[in-house]
Amino acid sequence: MKARRLFAMVLRQFYLMRGSLARLLPPFAWVLVDIVLWGFLTRYLGTIAAPGFSLVGALLGAVLLWDFFMRVMQGVSTAFFEDVWSRNFLNLFASPLTLPEYVGGLVLTSLATSGAGLVAMLLLASLGFGFSFLSYGALFVPFLLVLFAFGIALGVMATALVLRLGPASEWLVWPIPALIAPFAGVFYPLSVLPPWMRAVSRLLPPAYVFEALRVLLEHGPAPRHALAIGAALSLGYLALAARVFAATYRHAVRTGLIARYSAETVS
Amino acid sequence: MDGVLTVSGLRKEFGGMAAVDGVSFAVRPGEIVGLLGPNGAGKTTTISMILGVLEPTAGTISGAPRERCNFAAAYAPLPGNLTVEENLRVFGLIYGASPLGAKVEELMARFDLLRFRDTKAGLLSSGEQSRLGLAKAMLNDPALLLLDEPTASLDPAAAREVRALIKEFAARGTAGVLWTSHNMHEVEEVCGRVLFMAHGKVLLEGDPRTLPAAHGKRDLEELFVTVAREPLSL
Repeated sequence: MKARRLFAMVLRQFYLMRGSLARLLPPFAWVLVDIVLWGFLTRYLGTIAAPGFSLVGALLGAVLLWDFFMRVMQGVSTAFFEDVWSRNFLNLFASPLTLPEYVGGLVLTSLATSGAGLVAMLLLASLGFGFSFLSYGALFVPFLLVLFAFGIALGVMATALVLRLGPASEWLVWPIPALIAPFAGVFYPLSVLPPWMRAVSRLLPPAYVFEALRVLLEHGPAPRHALAIGAALSLGYLALAARVFAATYRHAVRTGLIARYSAETVS
Repeated sequence: MDGVLTVSGLRKEFGGMAAVDGVSFAVRPGEIVGLLGPNGAGKTTTISMILGVLEPTAGTISGAPRERCNFAAAYAPLPGNLTVEENLRVFGLIYGASPLGAKVEELMARFDLLRFRDTKAGLLSSGEQSRLGLAKAMLNDPALLLLDEPTASLDPAAAREVRALIKEFAARGTAGVLWTSHNMHEVEEVCGRVLFMAHGKVLLEGDPRTLPAAHGKRDLEELFVTVAREPLSL
């Protein structure tokens, strides 16, 4: 893997963002709108809720972490879509760029955009609504790492789907976080879910993060075991996503999909 | 058949139908080889396999390493949402152009793109986009250059300049060029050897200046029409 080729992939996204307000805004604007909306809701609920429970940590913190996860996933898929929209696959894959370098470039791009979005969210949530990530202690870092790894895995899976099914399937990718959210227990404990939903939740790394977050805020023991399961699941999904993307790419090279990837739909 | 490109027994099937059927040829350093044939003959499929974006069903491709190959094709424009300079910088990094800044400046000057430095590639005319594609194709001083109808969108003066640049590039003797075109006058002027393809096979190979007479045809265009319409008559 050559560093300059990874840098080329990130530089391309930087050039695109630098030249386009429409690309620059989403990583910041929507997450900040979310923080404002949930910040005021949290403030209101704080006036009617029983004292002693950290609503800011439970709700606003959860929104912040969930938005971070969504930005990670969309950071990968949006960077990939830029190549779909500009019909750039032939130029890239007929070059010395390798598949790990290409995917690595998508991951680094996502790291940069989601990281910048996270900093903006933390600033607004802290300064505007009194949120402190220190309330999670050192576990804030593993929370982020588990969500980052799963976001990358899901983003890579989503790109494989679009590579396989064609540009129009892009619309299957955008709702994925919304489909996962009810099972992830972002705002409520998994115990309120029916058994079949809890069974699905157990397969989702974010569910372990948000359960751990609530345990922490209720001053329970550090939920290391749950986080370890979440981390292991995330790494498993990451490995699976890499294999799925590589297999999809091999299929695309075998069938000629890469060479003619501009059709609206492909078989 | 040592060269910057050696293709042997190349075959590609789609759904059991052969798009390319047992194609073998070589390109040597200093050579410009024309790959000719009607639409659907298998030229682009062959080039896609050489570029590594299409897996052959059978056969082998060897020669210059991937880092030393490059290509330009009318159907693969560079991203229209990046400027000319940004495109060349990004692809320069991918292809390992060094020193990057100087190489980008040199190529923008050579392909008359300096005044479009900050223009988005999507806003260029088709001729200017062709020149940008060719500049990209030169970023790594390739040992093998694949050009799929490189002058298709150029006016006669610009096409002549491009032909001169490619001929000069090949004349250095370090690189070979595989060139597809439907302009038979251009092929005669540029190519030292041509391969006529039809129905996925190479039917004829030879010097474009002597090949027509050898098959009782007036010129290369007449030979092309015969290959396209009545390949069995050859």
